[in-house]
Amino acid sequence: MTDETKKKVEDKIVGLVKEYAGKKRFKPIDIVKEMEKEFASEGLTKDDIKGALKEIMDDEKLVYGYAGGSFLTLPENK
Amino acid sequence: MGKKHQTPLLDELKKGKWISFVREIERAAEKSERTEDLLGQVEESYRDKVNHWKHGGMAGVKGYGAGMVGRFSEFPEKYPGIKECHSMRIIPSAGFFYNSDFLRKLADISEKHAGGLLNFHGATGNIQILGMSQAEAEDAFQAIAELGFDLGGSGSDLRTPSCCAGQARCEFANYDTMKICHDLTEEYQDELHRPAFNYKFKFKFSGCANDCVASAARSDLAFIGTWKDKIKINQGEVKNYVQKFNVQKYVLDKCPTKCMWFEGDNLVIDDENCVKCMHCINEMPKALRAGDEKGASILIGAKAPLVTGPRMGMMLVPFYDINEDAKNDYEQLKALISNMWEFWDEFGVSRERIGELIGRVGLNTFLEGIGLEPMPEMVEHPRSNPFIKFTEEGEE
Ligand code: SF4
Ligand code: SF4
Repeated sequence: MTDETKKKVEDKIVGLVKEYAGKKRFKPIDIVKEMEKEFASEGLTKDDIKGALKEIMDDEKLVYGYAGGSFLTLPENK
Repeated sequence: MGKKHQTPLLDELKKGKWISFVREIERAAEKSERTEDLLGQVEESYRDKVNHWKHGGMAGVKGYGAGMVGRFSEFPEKYPGIKECHSMRIIPSAGFFYNSDFLRKLADISEKHAGGLLNFHGATGNIQILGMSQAEAEDAFQAIAELGFDLGGSGSDLRTPSCCAGQARCEFANYDTMKICHDLTEEYQDELHRPAFNYKFKFKFSGCANDCVASAARSDLAFIGTWKDKIKINQGEVKNYVQKFNVQKYVLDKCPTKCMWFEGDNLVIDDENCVKCMHCINEMPKALRAGDEKGASILIGAKAPLVTGPRMGMMLVPFYDINEDAKNDYEQLKALISNMWEFWDEFGVSRERIGELIGRVGLNTFLEGIGLEPMPEMVEHPRSNPFIKFTEEGEE
């Protein structure tokens, strides 16, 4: 995956979580499945998407929350 | 110094000769205001017969999606010390061996960053530091990391693998439970720290069917030590046991498959029909020993009652040669696990454990999905088989 594609995936994931903040809780697995479909034409695999998600979490652009199951959310200060 | 909160119901739990968790919390409360507040809220829980925690929410350390379990008091104004009262889960050493230096340092971390209370080891198998606030989490985590330990699983991830003490302490162990538990914990770091599953997934390793870590009842993938060949019989020791207690009544009659009997003074076992339950070996350990071809049975799908009720594990792999596979870095096992997780990812729904998914789609579909051939030994419990319908003799 090129850096450019990775950035596109990351922006898409963070954008989705931002857009639906307070309305919908995204489970990591749902995001991965969604992005797999979205970027299928660019040949991205599940592992690529998981890698991009890992970087998002390491950079704290998103954090994990828990309510019955784990979900992705914005850090409290954002 | 007087008590901050009156706790008449908890005081009842200090009576009697047994160790009391209330007394221990009170000792910790002498040094920690937050633990004093904990006593106050627990008293209210006993009075109201309901716990007063709000679960979940945001609790964690940088980069990890697991390892902290969020607890928030329902009465933050009344009990400010436990407004946040999270548990930090720490992966235990396989077999639960620690030296005193580690325990002292861990106690210091707990007193400095939380309420001075530790839980060794909860149902999850983790060490837990209780009563931590989010503000303390990062520093506590760094201190734990300096001791060479790491956070455990929580949420929709691989939970901290757990094992019995196995060959370190127990003559019954059929494989090195601690080694495989440690190896798989190292292998699946990502799955442990980043919740990416539909729901939780647990590995537990028991060295024999005595199942001291309750793997058959509490883990999605249970490894239970077993053997393939014959039980070794020392007839001389059998005779000694016969002198000491009623072997017929307490051993032979309680064999679940009735596959043992006496021929004269000699004990005979029909090993083809032995289900390796360990009963006879537990009763007469000097006379009976497991065979030499040792490995593990792998069971799938057990879980505790949460969400949809309890399930016991179902036999998936009757005999897994752990020692052989360990030589190839668990190549076979890792392929099996990866296929199962793929299938669960693809077809599981939110908060559905893998056993429930198998129940919903059917075992045949699951086996096809993970590329495993059905075998007659894949039984839900002894003498049952999901592929073959047994009928009474003479019945169509
Ligand atoms: S499960 Fe078996 S091997 Fe493990 S500690 Fe218990 S009795 Fe021993
Ligand atoms: S291990 Fe269990 S099934 Fe096998 S002979 Fe002993 S009691 Fe019977």
